Amino acid sequence: MNYFPDEVLEHVFDFITSHKDRNSVSLVCKSWYKIERYSRRRVFIGNCYSISPERLIARFPGLKSLTLKGKPHFADFNLVPHDWGGFVYPWIKALAKSRIGLEELRLKRMVVSDESLELLSKSFVNFKSLVLVSCEGFTTDGLAAIAANCRFLRELDLQENEVDDHRGHWLSCFPESCTSLISLNFACLRGEVNLGALERLVSRSPNLKSLRLNRAVPLDTLQKLLMRAPQLVDLGIGSYVHDPFSEVYNKLKIAFQRCKSIRSLSGFLEVAPHCMSAIYPICGNLTFLNLSYAPGLHGNKLMKLIQHCRKLQRLWILDCIGDKGLGVVALTCKELQELRVFPSDPFGAGNAAVTEEGLVLVSAGCPKLNSLLYFCQQMTNAALITVAKNCPNFIRFRLCILDPIKPDPVTNQPLDEGFGAIVQSCKGLKRLSLSGLLTDQVFLYIGMYAEQLEMLSIAFAADSDKGMLYVLNGCKKLRKLEIRDCPFGDAALLEDVGKYETMRSLWMSSCEVTLGGCKSVAEKMPSLNVEIIDECEQMEFNLDDKQKVDKMYLYRTLVGHRKDAPEYVSIL
Amino acid sequence: MEGCVATELRLGLPGTDNVRNKKRPLQEADEECGANGKSDAQDETAPPAKAQIVGWPPIRSYRKKNIQAKKNDSEGPGIYIKVGMDGAPYLRKIDLKVYSGYPDLLQALENMFKFTIGKYSEREGYKGSDYAPTYEDKDGDWMLVGDDPWELFITSCKRLRIMKGSEARGLGCGV
Repeated sequence: MNYFPDEVLEHVFDFITSHKDRNSVSLVCKSWYKIERYSRRRVFIGNCYSISPERLIARFPGLKSLTLKGKPHFADFNLVPHDWGGFVYPWIKALAKSRIGLEELRLKRMVVSDESLELLSKSFVNFKSLVLVSCEGFTTDGLAAIAANCRFLRELDLQENEVDDHRGHWLSCFPESCTSLISLNFACLRGEVNLGALERLVSRSPNLKSLRLNRAVPLDTLQKLLMRAPQLVDLGIGSYVHDPFSEVYNKLKIAFQRCKSIRSLSGFLEVAPHCMSAIYPICGNLTFLNLSYAPGLHGNKLMKLIQHCRKLQRLWILDCIGDKGLGVVALTCKELQELRVFPSDPFGAGNAAVTEEGLVLVSAGCPKLNSLLYFCQQMTNAALITVAKNCPNFIRFRLCILDPIKPDPVTNQPLDEGFGAIVQSCKGLKRLSLSGLLTDQVFLYIGMYAEQLEMLSIAFAADSDKGMLYVLNGCKKLRKLEIRDCPFGDAALLEDVGKYETMRSLWMSSCEVTLGGCKSVAEKMPSLNVEIIDECEQMEFNLDDKQKVDKMYLYRTLVGHRKDAPEYVSIL
Repeated sequence: MEGCVATELRLGLPGTDNVRNKKRPLQEADEECGANGKSDAQDETAPPAKAQIVGWPPIRSYRKKNIQAKKNDSEGPGIYIKVGMDGAPYLRKIDLKVYSGYPDLLQALENMFKFTIGKYSEREGYKGSDYAPTYEDKDGDWMLVGDDPWELFITSCKRLRIMKGSEARGLGCGV
C-alpha cells in the first residue's frame, strides 16, 4: 500500500481535519495507522470514561489539542448527582508527566478543581487555549493560576460554569507581558472584577477579537473598553444600565460607531432598556445575537432592536418575545439558520410564552432555518406539518412543550403525526428532542425515516417497548439515546445489546428496566460499562433482580470499569 | 362523562391504565405532580397543575439559577392581580412589576387573550377596537387603564378586566 514516502502521506493527511475522517484514515492499514497517529494534533473524546489518558498519550504523542466530555447530557438538568464523576485531574496529571506539548484543552460537563487548573498552568509551556463549558468545581483562584502562569495564553473561554467567585483579583494576575489574548469570556462569573486591570489588559491585547464581560462590568467601563478595542468581532455586554441623557451614554454611542467588526453580540446581563439605540449601528452586521439572559429586554424595545438585524444567522432569545415578536423575526431575519427560544418563567403561570404560531411564522419567513431549540406553551400537529414543509433542512430539532404530556390542544390528539412529518421531511436530521403527548406511533416514524439521526432525547412518551424497539432497529446512525419516564423495559433493552457497542451511550431513568435486565446487558457485553445510579441506596437493601432501576447509564469503553465512581454507583 | 377519561392527565397514555408505581422517597415532587395517575375527571378543562417535576423543563441549571437570581433582584415581591376578559372561561394572573409601562402591559394582554386594543388617547380612550382595558381601583371604582401615571397605577390597581362591545366603546367618550 505504500507507494509514497511517509512524509508525503503525512502531508496529505494534514488536509484531513475532521475527526471522523482521520479515524477512518487510521483504519486503512498498519502503515497509515502509524503515520496518522504521529501526525495527529487534535483529539476529541466524547466520553472521558471510554479511554484512559495513558492510552491516549501512547497513541498520539504529537497531541496538541484535547477535547473531553464528562457527565451525560441529562446532568444538565440535575438528573445526575454532583459527584458522579467526570474529573479532569487524572488527565492533566498524566499529560503533565508525559512529553505531550499540550496547547489547547476544551472540557464540557467535567469537574475541574483549582488543583487541576494550577497543574495545567504550570505544566505546558506553550499552553494557549482553555475552554470550559458547563463545568464545575473550581474557583477564581484556579483562574488566577491560569492568568499568571500561561505566558502565551490566547483564549480563556468560560461558558455557563458554576464558579465559586472569590472576588476580583484573578484578572490582575495576567502579567504586563501578556499581550497575546485573542478571546476572553468571563460572563458566567458572579463577582466583582478589578476594572482597572481589565482596562489595562484589553489595552495591551491588540489581537483581542472576542470579549464577554460579566454583570459586574458597568457601562462606563464598557465604553472605555470599546474605545481601546474597536477591532472586536464578538462582544458580551455585562451591565447595560444607564441614564439616557448622561455623558457616558453619548460616549458609548460614539464607541459603538467605531466598532465596525462586531458580528456577534450577547449578554445584557443587567439591562434597563430605555435606550437601545446606541446598539443600532452594529445591528446591521450582526450574525449572532444572544439575548437569552436579558429578560428586561422585551416588547417594543426588543422588536425595534431585531428590526435592525437583517443579517442575523443565529438568534437566542427568551419567550417573552412572544409570537408577535417571532413574526418580526420572520419578516426581518431572512438569513436565519438557528433559533433558540428559552423560557423566561419555566414554573410560572405561562404568561410570557410562545406557541405554535410563532414557530410557524418563523418557518415561513426563514427558509434557511436548520437548527431549533423551542420552549413553548403548546404545539399542534398542523403547525409541525407546516414547519416540516417550510423547512426541510433541519439538522437539529428540539421542541420542549412546558407541560410534558400535553396533546395537540386543537384536536386533543398526540403529536405523533407532527413529529412524523418532521422526520420524514428533514432527511438530514441529526438531533431530535421530543415532548408533548406521544404514543409508540411517533417512534415507528422515527425508525422509518430518521436515517441520519445521531442523538435522540425522549421524555414522558410511548405506550410500550415497541417504541424503543422501533428506534433501535431503525436508526442506524444513532450514537446517543437518552430516555426518561417512559414505559420501556427489559424486553426493549435486551433485544439487541450489540447495538450499544455502536453507540456512545444510553441513558434510561424512571423507566421499567430491572436490575436483572441491566445485569444481563453487562454479562453479554463486556465492552460496555453498565452503571446503576442509586442515590436512595435502595439497591443495598434489596438486591432483587426484579427491582426496577431508577437510573441506568451505559456506555462503550476500552478500559473497563472506572475506579472513581462514588458509593451509590454500581458498575455491573 | 366518558370522554373525560380519555383526556385525564397522567403519565400513562390515554387508553391505558398504566399508572406507574414509583417508590422513590426523595423525589416527592413526582408524587405531588398532578399528572401522576391521581387526576380528577372534573379537572380536565382546568389548566394542569404546575407542580415541579425533577429535571423538567430541561434547562441547564446555570440558566435556571440565573432566572431565580433575576427574580430575586427585582425589588420586593411581585404585584399579582387577576385579569379577566369578557367571554373568556377563566381568569389569568399577571405580575404588574414585570412590565415597564402601559404599552408593555397592553401588549402582554393582547398576547395573552389574543385580541387587539385600540390606540389610547386622553380624550377618546381606546379608539379603533371593540376592547377597552379597565381596572378596579382601591375605592372599588372601575377606571380606564392609562389615565394615571404608571407608578401610581400599579399601586392602586386591584384587578383588571378587558371590556368588550358597546360597553367598551362608550368608555372614555365624553364620560
